[in-house]
Amino acid sequence: MADDTREAELVTPAADAAPAATVVVDGIAPPDTTPGVVPDVPPGQDQGVPPVPARRGLRALLPRRSGKLTAGIVLVVAILLFTFVAPFFTQDPRSTANERFLPPSAEHLLGTNHIGNDIFAQVAYGGQGSLMVGLVAGAIALVLSIVFGIVAGYRGRFTDEALSLVTNIMLVIPGLPLIIVISAYLQTRSLLVVAVILGLTAWPGAAIVLRMQAKSLRSRDYVSAARVAGERTPRIILVEIFPNLLPLLTAQFLGAVLLAILAEAGLSFLGLGPSGSITWGTILNQASANNALSLGLWWWFVPPGLLIALFGCGLALVNFSLDEIINPRLRLGPAAVKSVRKARKAGVGAGDDPKETVAA
Amino acid sequence: MRYYVRRITFYVITLWAAVSLNFLIPKLMPGDPKQIFIDKFLRKGGELTPQMQNSIDLLFGADGDAGLWDQYVSYWGRLFSGDLGISITYYPQPVTELIGQALPWTVGLVGLATIISFALGVGLGAWAGWKRGTWVDSIIPASTLLQAVPYFWLALILVSVFSVSTGWFPRIGSYDIFGFDNGPEWSWAFVGSVIYHGFLPALTIVLSSVGGWLLGMRNMMVSTLSEDYVTTAEAKGLRRMRVALTYATRNAALPSFAGFGVALGFVVAGSVVMEQVFSYPGLGKLLFNAVQASDFALMQGTFLVITLAVLAANFLMDLIYGFIDPRTRNHG
Repeated sequence: MADDTREAELVTPAADAAPAATVVVDGIAPPDTTPGVVPDVPPGQDQGVPPVPARRGLRALLPRRSGKLTAGIVLVVAILLFTFVAPFFTQDPRSTANERFLPPSAEHLLGTNHIGNDIFAQVAYGGQGSLMVGLVAGAIALVLSIVFGIVAGYRGRFTDEALSLVTNIMLVIPGLPLIIVISAYLQTRSLLVVAVILGLTAWPGAAIVLRMQAKSLRSRDYVSAARVAGERTPRIILVEIFPNLLPLLTAQFLGAVLLAILAEAGLSFLGLGPSGSITWGTILNQASANNALSLGLWWWFVPPGLLIALFGCGLALVNFSLDEIINPRLRLGPAAVKSVRKARKAGVGAGDDPKETVAA
Repeated sequence: MRYYVRRITFYVITLWAAVSLNFLIPKLMPGDPKQIFIDKFLRKGGELTPQMQNSIDLLFGADGDAGLWDQYVSYWGRLFSGDLGISITYYPQPVTELIGQALPWTVGLVGLATIISFALGVGLGAWAGWKRGTWVDSIIPASTLLQAVPYFWLALILVSVFSVSTGWFPRIGSYDIFGFDNGPEWSWAFVGSVIYHGFLPALTIVLSSVGGWLLGMRNMMVSTLSEDYVTTAEAKGLRRMRVALTYATRNAALPSFAGFGVALGFVVAGSVVMEQVFSYPGLGKLLFNAVQASDFALMQGTFLVITLAVLAANFLMDLIYGFIDPRTRNHG
């Protein structure tokens, strides 16, 4: 409990802004530290730490081992491994040498489709396409959200008004229908083109969140100090503000990746995805077009969607843990309630036990 | 009052941007969409009547030396007279008529499902936040799975379980077309049929979108509950329900209302694809049919109307937000 209150004290003033420094403290603390014992650094000393360099911010992404974080990372890594390693051991996903519509067997783990492709090979290989689209689109969205979010929030005034207006307009114009319309005009769409279009429409939500944070950061003392010291704006944004937003940026990036993977799946399902590529979405498109549903060929349409859902779930779980870093109240609130309840229970137990009462 | 003026100004600008975007997209695209469109139309045995030529000019601009600006002005002019061109897929039906038939289905389905999902998500989220630090915390991560499920895939699963395997619900359509030969009518039997057919699509939307609301609300609730004014309220000995509802939930719910726009985009995107699975005769299916047939007039028109509908929903939410959060009204 002492640990928690101290942390709360420490963190609350900067809860919305710079938790990185504080969190690093628990991150470094050895996992076997007895709960309740205040770890090494006394509260006052934190202020003496020089501006948090980027690497420490990165390490802050790995705070105490929480079940959610572990589960999320395991899911994400397992699926990444599956899509990049499994294709070495499977058939060529485009091979049509097999019989068509085979049910699952030892030879074809997920059977074969309407033209004799091995579905397991397709699912493994198709994951690469889906994940590539997600990563590229997520990266583009991240850059745009930094420009429209952090720059707007930091610069304020006219820049803010103009950039925010663009962000808000993009936010309310429905993204996927827009992408559908654009895709319809493009006769051929490479994986990269689809990723770029998705990236160009996936940033406004993140930009809004980043803008709010940057706005609150810009009035902090150390930013003012940097400004007074004559640092130029790009440097202030990149060196002073950026590292403190890292957990948030990571969360927004993962969110954008998830968004892009879902959008690509939807687009491909409609037949508007990358032409000639195999992704989870195109497998679902073929399954649906060839009546897998009515024929009950679950091994065809269940696995691709399940992988999307599990990968997305992994990303969301990591994000959930990041949320607990960005907003320590999420972690401390439930913990405090839990410890109060435990204390109350212990108290009741003591009252019930005659020996303890005597001892007291 | 300033709040409303600001919001209305914003929506007017956004409306202008959306319409301009709709005007510009066909002109910015590589290749020659106009030729593709005309070829497709002629191949289908269409005839270039003056009316059709008019519709094509509306979309891609007239041949000859009319500048982009003149095209833009006449585009607005026709828009105001309610002319979105003529569909080639359903020739010679005008686009507005087709959209008019599809719009009520989508607005009804997506609108109702979103309201249910929002109420459910915010309600459950508030409850889960209030019960922080208990067993409820451990079921919260499960809602992230729902959040990550593609709408259309969930729809496929629901169809395969509840329609194909068990036959409990109809697979496609929005009402029993064999029972109601003359199309929609106002009768209880018809309403029942619509609800029966709409159940699985609505369930899809609710299941896939409720996780987002729930998680957001739960986290906001947990943050709010560690605010000093909540501690004060508890210390004053207020009834627990009063603390939970009036002090915590009311404040914690504000970001959910403010973030409605972001989430609505998500729901609309999901529903557009999902309608395809159920062959639901809404805007999403119309858009898809238009895309399949390179029916650019219908496609642009549908996109415009989807955008307008989303804008309208956002605007409505902003009005509600201004009503529930007095600060917006006082400080604009």
